[in-house]
Amino acid sequence: MPDGSRPVPPPIAMLAELTHRCPLSCPYCSNPVDLARREAELTAGQWADVFRQAVALGVLQVHLSGGEPASRRDLEEIVAAARDAGLYANLITSGIGLTPERIAALVAAGMDHVQLSVQGTRAETADRVGGYKGGFARKMAVAEAIAAAGVALTLNAVMHRHNLAELPEVFDLAERLGARRVEVACVQFQGWALENRAVLQPTRAQVDEAKRLVAEARAARQGRLVIDFVPPDYYADLPKACMGGWGATGLNIAPDGAVLPCHAAQTIPGMRFANVRDVPLAEIWYRGPAFAAFRGTDWMPEPCRSCDRREVDFGGCRCQALAVLGDASAPDPVCRRTPGRAKLDALLAAEGNGPGLEVARWRRIGG
Amino acid sequence: MIPVLPPGVRLHWDAVRGSHVLLAPERVLMLDEVGHAILSRVDGTTPVDVLVSGLAADFAAPVEEVGPDVTEFLTGLARERLVDLHA
Repeated sequence: MPDGSRPVPPPIAMLAELTHRCPLSCPYCSNPVDLARREAELTAGQWADVFRQAVALGVLQVHLSGGEPASRRDLEEIVAAARDAGLYANLITSGIGLTPERIAALVAAGMDHVQLSVQGTRAETADRVGGYKGGFARKMAVAEAIAAAGVALTLNAVMHRHNLAELPEVFDLAERLGARRVEVACVQFQGWALENRAVLQPTRAQVDEAKRLVAEARAARQGRLVIDFVPPDYYADLPKACMGGWGATGLNIAPDGAVLPCHAAQTIPGMRFANVRDVPLAEIWYRGPAFAAFRGTDWMPEPCRSCDRREVDFGGCRCQALAVLGDASAPDPVCRRTPGRAKLDALLAAEGNGPGLEVARWRRIGG
Repeated sequence: MIPVLPPGVRLHWDAVRGSHVLLAPERVLMLDEVGHAILSRVDGTTPVDVLVSGLAADFAAPVEEVGPDVTEFLTGLARERLVDLHA
Protein backbone atom coordinates (compact mmCIF):
# COMPACT_ATOMS: atom_id res chain seq x y z
CA MET A 1 0.00 0.00 0.00
CA PRO A 2 1.16 3.57 -0.55
CA ASP A 3 2.88 4.98 2.48
CA GLY A 4 2.58 8.72 2.94
CA SER A 5 4.18 8.74 6.37
CA ARG A 6 7.72 8.04 5.20
CA PRO A 7 10.09 10.94 5.93
CA VAL A 8 11.36 12.94 2.95
CA PRO A 9 15.12 12.37 2.44
CA PRO A 10 17.44 15.33 1.80
CA PRO A 11 18.44 15.93 -1.84
CA ILE A 12 21.86 14.75 -3.05
CA ALA A 13 22.26 16.73 -6.26
CA MET A 14 21.22 20.08 -7.63
CA LEU A 15 21.09 21.19 -11.25
CA ALA A 16 21.81 24.91 -11.40
CA GLU A 17 20.72 26.36 -14.72
CA LEU A 18 22.80 29.52 -14.66
CA THR A 19 21.39 30.91 -17.90
CA HIS A 20 19.30 29.91 -20.88
CA ARG A 21 21.63 31.80 -23.21
CA CYS A 22 23.62 29.52 -25.51
CA PRO A 23 25.56 30.07 -28.74
CA LEU A 24 24.33 26.71 -30.05
CA SER A 25 20.80 26.00 -31.25
CA CYS A 26 20.53 22.20 -30.98
CA PRO A 27 17.01 21.06 -31.87
CA TYR A 28 17.13 18.45 -29.07
CA CYS A 29 17.67 20.97 -26.27
CA SER A 30 15.76 20.05 -23.10
CA ASN A 31 15.35 23.69 -22.08
CA PRO A 32 11.80 25.05 -22.13
CA VAL A 33 10.59 26.54 -25.39
CA ASP A 34 9.96 29.78 -23.48
CA LEU A 35 13.58 30.61 -22.59
CA ALA A 36 14.48 32.97 -19.73
CA ARG A 37 16.20 36.22 -20.69
CA ARG A 38 19.42 37.60 -19.23
CA GLU A 39 17.67 40.25 -17.11
CA ALA A 40 15.79 37.53 -15.24
CA GLU A 41 18.92 35.57 -14.20
CA LEU A 42 20.02 35.19 -10.58
CA THR A 43 23.22 37.08 -9.75
CA ALA A 44 26.43 35.35 -8.64
CA GLY A 45 25.72 36.62 -5.12
CA GLN A 46 22.27 35.07 -5.16
CA TRP A 47 23.72 31.77 -6.39
CA ALA A 48 26.27 31.83 -3.54
CA ASP A 49 23.39 32.09 -1.07
CA VAL A 50 21.52 29.25 -2.83
CA PHE A 51 24.66 27.06 -2.64
CA ARG A 52 25.01 27.64 1.12
CA GLN A 53 21.35 26.74 1.62
CA ALA A 54 21.74 23.66 -0.58
CA VAL A 55 24.69 22.35 1.47
CA ALA A 56 22.78 22.88 4.72
CA LEU A 57 19.93 20.92 3.16
CA GLY A 58 22.18 17.97 2.24
CA VAL A 59 23.12 18.60 -1.41
CA LEU A 60 26.59 17.21 -2.21
CA GLN A 61 27.01 17.95 -5.90
CA VAL A 62 26.00 20.89 -8.04
CA HIS A 63 25.77 20.52 -11.79
CA LEU A 64 26.35 23.96 -13.29
CA SER A 65 24.45 23.99 -16.52
CA GLY A 66 22.24 26.11 -18.72
CA GLY A 67 21.95 27.06 -21.57
CA GLU A 68 25.68 27.48 -21.82
CA PRO A 69 27.10 28.36 -18.37
CA ALA A 70 30.21 29.90 -19.98
CA SER A 71 27.90 32.53 -21.47
CA ARG A 72 28.03 34.04 -17.98
CA ARG A 73 31.11 36.20 -17.52
CA ASP A 74 30.93 35.58 -13.76
CA LEU A 75 31.06 31.76 -14.08
CA GLU A 76 34.43 31.68 -12.30
CA GLU A 77 32.91 33.53 -9.33
CA ILE A 78 29.96 31.11 -9.27
CA VAL A 79 32.24 28.04 -9.30
CA ALA A 80 34.29 29.50 -6.45
CA ALA A 81 31.08 30.11 -4.49
CA ALA A 82 29.97 26.51 -5.03
CA ARG A 83 33.27 25.19 -3.69
CA ASP A 84 33.32 27.65 -0.80
CA ALA A 85 29.89 26.40 0.20
CA GLY A 86 31.23 22.83 0.24
CA LEU A 87 29.79 21.48 -3.02
CA TYR A 88 31.36 19.26 -5.67
CA ALA A 89 31.34 21.57 -8.69
CA ASN A 90 30.55 19.92 -12.01
CA LEU A 91 30.50 22.09 -15.12
CA ILE A 92 28.18 20.97 -17.92
CA THR A 93 29.27 22.85 -21.01
CA SER A 94 29.31 22.91 -24.77
CA GLY A 95 32.81 24.36 -24.49
CA ILE A 96 31.87 27.42 -26.54
CA GLY A 97 32.97 30.49 -24.61
CA LEU A 98 35.76 28.70 -22.76
CA THR A 99 39.42 29.52 -23.41
CA PRO A 100 42.60 28.08 -21.87
CA GLU A 101 42.72 31.20 -19.67
CA ARG A 102 39.15 30.76 -18.44
CA ILE A 103 39.73 27.05 -17.85
CA ALA A 104 42.78 27.89 -15.72
CA ALA A 105 40.68 30.37 -13.74
CA LEU A 106 37.91 27.80 -13.28
CA VAL A 107 40.46 25.25 -12.04
CA ALA A 108 41.81 27.83 -9.61
CA ALA A 109 38.23 28.44 -8.47
CA GLY A 110 37.93 24.74 -7.61
CA MET A 111 36.03 23.23 -10.53
CA ASP A 112 35.99 19.46 -9.89
CA HIS A 113 34.91 18.05 -13.23
CA VAL A 114 33.85 19.05 -16.73
CA GLN A 115 31.19 17.40 -18.81
CA LEU A 116 31.79 18.50 -22.39
CA SER A 117 29.06 17.93 -24.96
CA VAL A 118 29.59 17.11 -28.61
CA GLN A 119 26.88 17.12 -31.26
CA GLY A 120 28.68 14.47 -33.29
CA THR A 121 32.18 13.23 -34.05
CA ARG A 122 32.69 14.97 -37.38
CA ALA A 123 32.82 18.73 -37.79
CA GLU A 124 30.36 18.80 -40.65
CA THR A 125 27.54 16.87 -38.98
CA ALA A 126 28.18 18.18 -35.47
CA ASP A 127 28.15 21.82 -36.56
CA ARG A 128 24.96 21.27 -38.49
CA VAL A 129 23.17 19.87 -35.43
CA GLY A 130 24.57 22.61 -33.16
CA GLY A 131 23.80 25.27 -35.73
CA TYR A 132 27.20 26.83 -35.07
CA LYS A 133 29.89 26.88 -37.70
CA GLY A 134 33.36 26.07 -36.36
CA GLY A 135 31.88 24.82 -33.09
CA PHE A 136 33.36 21.34 -33.34
CA ALA A 137 36.91 22.63 -33.85
CA ARG A 138 36.53 24.93 -30.85
CA LYS A 139 35.28 22.06 -28.68
CA MET A 140 38.33 19.98 -29.61
CA ALA A 141 40.61 22.86 -28.59
CA VAL A 142 38.70 23.21 -25.30
CA ALA A 143 39.03 19.47 -24.62
CA GLU A 144 42.79 19.74 -25.12
CA ALA A 145 42.96 22.65 -22.70
CA ILE A 146 40.94 20.69 -20.11
CA ALA A 147 43.31 17.73 -20.45
CA ALA A 148 46.33 20.01 -20.19
CA ALA A 149 44.89 21.52 -17.00
CA GLY A 150 44.55 18.01 -15.54
CA VAL A 151 40.81 18.27 -14.93
CA ALA A 152 38.54 15.21 -14.97
CA LEU A 153 36.59 15.09 -18.21
CA THR A 154 33.41 13.34 -19.28
CA LEU A 155 32.37 13.49 -22.91
CA ASN A 156 28.63 13.77 -23.44
CA ALA A 157 26.83 13.04 -26.67
CA VAL A 158 23.10 13.21 -27.26
CA MET A 159 22.18 10.59 -29.82
CA HIS A 160 19.26 10.60 -32.23
CA ARG A 161 18.30 9.24 -35.62
CA HIS A 162 20.84 11.37 -37.47
CA ASN A 163 23.96 10.44 -35.46
CA LEU A 164 23.38 7.05 -33.79
CA ALA A 165 25.57 5.42 -36.42
CA GLU A 166 28.52 7.45 -35.06
CA LEU A 167 28.42 5.68 -31.68
CA PRO A 168 31.76 3.76 -31.97
CA GLU A 169 33.41 7.01 -33.03
CA VAL A 170 32.04 8.73 -29.91
CA PHE A 171 33.85 6.18 -27.76
CA ASP A 172 37.06 6.61 -29.78
CA LEU A 173 36.81 10.38 -29.51
CA ALA A 174 36.28 10.20 -25.74
CA GLU A 175 39.43 8.15 -25.27
CA ARG A 176 41.43 10.30 -27.65
CA LEU A 177 40.46 13.41 -25.66
CA GLY A 178 41.49 11.76 -22.39
CA ALA A 179 37.97 11.42 -21.00
CA ARG A 180 37.61 8.77 -18.30
CA ARG A 181 33.89 8.62 -18.80
CA VAL A 182 31.43 9.03 -21.64
CA GLU A 183 27.73 9.68 -21.34
CA VAL A 184 25.68 8.67 -24.31
CA ALA A 185 22.11 9.76 -23.84
CA CYS A 186 19.46 9.11 -26.42
CA VAL A 187 17.44 12.26 -26.78
CA GLN A 188 14.73 12.76 -24.15
CA PHE A 189 11.65 14.35 -25.56
CA GLN A 190 11.15 17.48 -23.46
CA GLY A 191 11.34 21.15 -24.35
CA TRP A 192 12.72 21.82 -27.85
CA ALA A 193 13.33 18.10 -28.37
CA LEU A 194 9.62 17.44 -28.00
CA GLU A 195 8.93 19.98 -30.73
CA ASN A 196 11.30 18.02 -32.97
CA ARG A 197 10.36 14.51 -31.92
CA ALA A 198 9.44 13.26 -35.38
CA VAL A 199 12.77 14.52 -36.74
CA LEU A 200 14.90 13.01 -33.97
CA GLN A 201 13.18 9.75 -33.06
CA PRO A 202 15.53 6.83 -33.73
CA THR A 203 14.30 3.61 -35.31
CA ARG A 204 13.98 0.31 -33.46
CA ALA A 205 16.80 -1.15 -35.56
CA GLN A 206 19.09 1.76 -34.63
CA VAL A 207 18.34 1.31 -30.93
CA ASP A 208 19.03 -2.43 -31.02
CA GLU A 209 22.33 -1.82 -32.82
CA ALA A 210 23.28 0.92 -30.32
CA LYS A 211 22.68 -1.44 -27.38
CA ARG A 212 24.87 -4.07 -29.01
CA LEU A 213 27.66 -1.54 -29.65
CA VAL A 214 27.51 -0.27 -26.06
CA ALA A 215 27.81 -3.80 -24.62
CA GLU A 216 30.74 -4.51 -26.94
CA ALA A 217 32.50 -1.24 -26.09
CA ARG A 218 32.00 -1.71 -22.33
CA ALA A 219 33.81 -5.05 -22.51
CA ALA A 220 36.55 -3.87 -24.85
CA ARG A 221 37.26 -0.62 -22.98
CA GLN A 222 36.83 -1.79 -19.38
CA GLY A 223 39.12 0.03 -16.96
CA ARG A 224 39.81 2.75 -19.54
CA LEU A 225 36.46 4.28 -20.31
CA VAL A 226 33.30 4.16 -18.22
CA ILE A 227 30.26 4.19 -20.48
CA ASP A 228 26.93 5.53 -19.23
CA PHE A 229 24.23 4.81 -21.76
CA VAL A 230 20.70 6.17 -21.54
CA PRO A 231 18.54 4.20 -23.99
CA PRO A 232 15.58 5.98 -25.51
CA ASP A 233 12.51 5.83 -23.31
CA TYR A 234 9.98 5.16 -26.04
CA TYR A 235 11.60 1.84 -26.98
CA ALA A 236 11.70 0.59 -23.39
CA ASP A 237 8.97 -1.64 -21.94
CA LEU A 238 9.06 -0.27 -18.41
CA PRO A 239 9.61 3.32 -17.29
CA LYS A 240 12.65 4.78 -15.55
CA ALA A 241 12.46 6.33 -12.11
CA CYS A 242 12.71 9.87 -13.42
CA MET A 243 15.04 11.91 -11.17
CA GLY A 244 15.19 8.84 -8.89
CA GLY A 245 11.61 9.64 -7.94
CA TRP A 246 9.90 13.03 -7.87
CA GLY A 247 11.35 15.17 -5.07
CA ALA A 248 13.45 12.25 -3.83
CA THR A 249 17.08 12.83 -4.74
CA GLY A 250 17.49 16.05 -6.67
CA LEU A 251 16.21 19.48 -7.53
CA ASN A 252 16.67 21.95 -10.33
CA ILE A 253 16.98 25.72 -10.14
CA ALA A 254 15.96 27.62 -13.26
CA PRO A 255 17.93 30.72 -14.32
CA ASP A 256 15.37 33.03 -12.69
CA GLY A 257 15.49 31.18 -9.36
CA ALA A 258 12.36 29.04 -9.74
CA VAL A 259 12.89 25.73 -7.96
CA LEU A 260 11.73 22.73 -9.98
CA PRO A 261 11.47 19.01 -9.15
CA CYS A 262 12.81 18.33 -12.67
CA HIS A 263 13.97 20.47 -15.57
CA ALA A 264 10.76 19.96 -17.56
CA ALA A 265 8.33 20.45 -14.68
CA GLN A 266 7.37 23.91 -15.94
CA THR A 267 5.46 22.26 -18.77
CA ILE A 268 2.90 20.89 -16.30
CA PRO A 269 -0.17 23.13 -16.32
CA GLY A 270 -1.31 24.60 -13.05
CA MET A 271 1.88 23.79 -11.19
CA ARG A 272 3.35 26.71 -9.28
CA PHE A 273 7.02 26.95 -8.41
CA ALA A 274 8.42 28.81 -5.44
CA ASN A 275 11.46 31.00 -6.09
CA VAL A 276 14.68 31.08 -4.07
CA ARG A 277 14.36 34.87 -4.06
CA ASP A 278 11.27 34.54 -1.85
CA VAL A 279 11.30 31.23 0.01
CA PRO A 280 14.10 29.29 1.80
CA LEU A 281 15.29 26.25 -0.18
CA ALA A 282 14.60 23.81 2.67
CA GLU A 283 11.01 25.07 2.92
CA ILE A 284 10.57 24.52 -0.82
CA TRP A 285 12.10 21.02 -0.74
CA TYR A 286 10.22 19.72 2.30
CA ARG A 287 6.93 21.58 2.03
CA GLY A 288 6.66 23.15 -1.42
CA PRO A 289 3.45 22.15 -3.22
CA ALA A 290 5.28 21.38 -6.51
CA PHE A 291 7.56 18.89 -4.71
CA ALA A 292 4.69 17.34 -2.78
CA ALA A 293 2.54 16.94 -5.91
CA PHE A 294 4.04 13.64 -7.17
CA ARG A 295 6.33 12.66 -4.31
CA GLY A 296 6.21 9.08 -3.03
CA THR A 297 3.28 6.86 -3.96
CA ASP A 298 0.15 8.52 -2.52
CA TRP A 299 -0.58 10.48 -5.70
CA MET A 300 -0.55 7.39 -7.92
CA PRO A 301 -3.47 6.21 -10.00
CA GLU A 302 -4.03 2.56 -10.82
CA PRO A 303 -2.36 0.44 -12.09
CA CYS A 304 0.72 2.10 -10.51
CA ARG A 305 -0.82 2.16 -7.05
CA SER A 306 -0.98 -1.60 -6.72
CA CYS A 307 2.04 -2.35 -8.93
CA ASP A 308 5.06 -4.20 -7.53
CA ARG A 309 7.29 -1.64 -9.27
CA ARG A 310 5.71 1.41 -7.63
CA GLU A 311 8.82 2.09 -5.55
CA VAL A 312 11.16 1.07 -8.36
CA ASP A 313 10.06 3.56 -11.01
CA PHE A 314 7.69 5.77 -8.97
CA GLY A 315 5.32 5.85 -11.92
CA GLY A 316 8.03 7.05 -14.32
CA CYS A 317 8.21 10.49 -15.87
CA ARG A 318 5.39 12.97 -15.18
CA CYS A 319 6.38 15.26 -18.02
CA GLN A 320 6.34 12.35 -20.47
CA ALA A 321 2.84 11.38 -19.32
CA LEU A 322 1.83 14.96 -19.98
CA ALA A 323 3.59 15.20 -23.35
CA VAL A 324 2.13 11.97 -24.72
CA LEU A 325 -1.18 11.58 -22.90
CA GLY A 326 -1.97 15.17 -21.96
CA ASP A 327 -2.17 14.23 -18.27
CA ALA A 328 0.80 14.63 -15.90
CA SER A 329 -0.78 12.39 -13.28
CA ALA A 330 -1.24 9.42 -15.62
CA PRO A 331 1.22 6.50 -15.53
CA ASP A 332 4.26 6.98 -17.78
CA PRO A 333 3.06 5.77 -21.21
CA VAL A 334 6.33 3.85 -21.66
CA CYS A 335 4.91 1.22 -19.27
CA ARG A 336 3.50 -1.83 -21.07
CA ARG A 337 1.27 -2.50 -18.06
CA THR A 338 -0.73 0.66 -18.72
CA PRO A 339 -3.35 1.59 -21.32
CA GLY A 340 -1.34 4.69 -22.33
CA ARG A 341 1.25 2.50 -24.06
CA ALA A 342 -0.99 2.07 -27.09
CA LYS A 343 -0.72 5.80 -27.76
CA LEU A 344 3.06 5.69 -27.52
CA ASP A 345 3.23 2.74 -29.91
CA ALA A 346 1.04 4.61 -32.37
CA LEU A 347 3.41 7.60 -32.12
CA LEU A 348 6.44 5.41 -32.75
CA ALA A 349 4.80 3.80 -35.75
CA ALA A 350 4.03 7.23 -37.15
CA GLU A 351 7.37 8.89 -36.33
CA GLY A 352 9.88 6.02 -36.53
CA ASN A 353 10.68 6.99 -40.08
CA GLY A 354 9.98 10.68 -39.84
CA PRO A 355 11.43 13.61 -41.78
CA GLY A 356 15.04 14.83 -41.98
CA LEU A 357 16.87 17.51 -40.00
CA GLU A 358 16.01 20.17 -42.57
CA VAL A 359 12.54 20.56 -41.04
CA ALA A 360 13.75 20.83 -37.42
CA ARG A 361 12.79 23.82 -35.28
CA TRP A 362 16.10 25.26 -34.07
CA ARG A 363 16.34 26.46 -30.50
CA ARG A 364 16.46 30.23 -30.01
CA ILE A 365 15.47 32.80 -27.44
CA GLY A 366 12.25 34.51 -28.33
CA GLY A 367 11.47 31.58 -30.66
CA MET B 1 50.92 -1.25 -6.75
CA ILE B 2 50.12 2.31 -5.65
CA PRO B 3 46.48 3.45 -5.56
CA VAL B 4 45.75 7.07 -6.46
CA LEU B 5 42.54 9.10 -6.35
CA PRO B 6 42.35 10.59 -9.87
CA PRO B 7 41.34 14.18 -10.64
CA GLY B 8 37.65 14.76 -9.96
CA VAL B 9 37.47 12.12 -7.21
CA ARG B 10 37.72 13.16 -3.58
CA LEU B 11 36.66 12.26 -0.06
CA HIS B 12 34.15 14.45 1.70
CA TRP B 13 32.46 14.51 5.10
CA ASP B 14 28.70 14.74 4.66
CA ALA B 15 27.67 16.57 7.81
CA VAL B 16 23.93 16.35 7.07
CA ARG B 17 23.90 12.53 6.83
CA GLY B 18 26.82 12.00 9.21
CA SER B 19 28.74 9.91 6.69
CA HIS B 20 31.98 9.92 4.77
CA VAL B 21 31.35 9.98 1.03
CA LEU B 22 33.41 9.65 -2.12
CA LEU B 23 32.53 12.38 -4.59
CA ALA B 24 33.21 11.64 -8.25
CA PRO B 25 31.98 12.70 -11.70
CA GLU B 26 28.18 12.32 -11.53
CA ARG B 27 28.62 9.85 -8.66
CA VAL B 28 28.30 9.88 -4.89
CA LEU B 29 29.37 6.79 -2.93
CA MET B 30 28.38 6.57 0.72
CA LEU B 31 31.33 4.96 2.53
CA ASP B 32 31.19 2.69 5.53
CA GLU B 33 33.91 2.76 8.19
CA VAL B 34 36.13 0.28 6.36
CA GLY B 35 35.72 1.93 2.95
CA HIS B 36 36.68 5.26 4.45
CA ALA B 37 39.61 3.75 6.36
CA ILE B 38 40.99 2.36 3.10
CA LEU B 39 40.47 5.47 0.97
CA SER B 40 41.74 7.89 3.61
CA ARG B 41 45.09 6.05 3.36
CA VAL B 42 45.20 6.49 -0.42
CA ASP B 43 47.63 9.39 -0.79
CA GLY B 44 49.22 8.64 -4.15
CA THR B 45 52.48 7.40 -2.64
CA THR B 46 51.57 4.57 -0.22
CA PRO B 47 51.71 1.11 -1.86
CA VAL B 48 48.83 -1.31 -1.26
CA ASP B 49 50.87 -3.67 0.95
CA VAL B 50 51.85 -0.83 3.31
CA LEU B 51 48.23 0.31 3.34
CA VAL B 52 47.10 -3.23 4.19
CA SER B 53 49.51 -3.66 7.09
CA GLY B 54 48.42 -0.31 8.52
CA LEU B 55 44.76 -1.31 8.31
CA ALA B 56 45.46 -4.74 9.79
CA ALA B 57 47.15 -3.11 12.77
CA ASP B 58 44.39 -0.54 13.28
CA PHE B 59 41.56 -3.07 13.01
CA ALA B 60 43.48 -5.84 14.85
CA ALA B 61 42.85 -8.18 11.93
CA PRO B 62 45.23 -10.58 10.15
CA VAL B 63 46.97 -9.27 7.02
CA GLU B 64 45.87 -12.41 5.12
CA GLU B 65 42.24 -11.38 5.65
CA VAL B 66 42.59 -7.66 5.13
CA GLY B 67 44.75 -7.96 2.00
CA PRO B 68 42.23 -9.62 -0.35
CA ASP B 69 39.39 -7.36 0.87
CA VAL B 70 41.39 -4.21 0.19
CA THR B 71 42.51 -5.43 -3.22
CA GLU B 72 38.96 -6.34 -4.20
CA PHE B 73 37.65 -2.95 -3.01
CA LEU B 74 40.30 -0.99 -4.90
CA THR B 75 40.13 -3.00 -8.13
CA GLY B 76 36.33 -2.61 -8.10
CA LEU B 77 36.75 1.17 -7.89
CA ALA B 78 39.48 1.05 -10.57
CA ARG B 79 37.07 -0.65 -13.00
CA GLU B 80 34.79 2.34 -12.55
CA ARG B 81 37.77 4.69 -12.86
CA LEU B 82 37.27 6.04 -9.35
CA VAL B 83 40.77 4.90 -8.36
CA ASP B 84 43.91 4.59 -10.49
CA LEU B 85 46.31 1.75 -9.72
CA HIS B 86 49.88 2.64 -10.62
CA ALA B 87 52.51 -0.06 -11.03
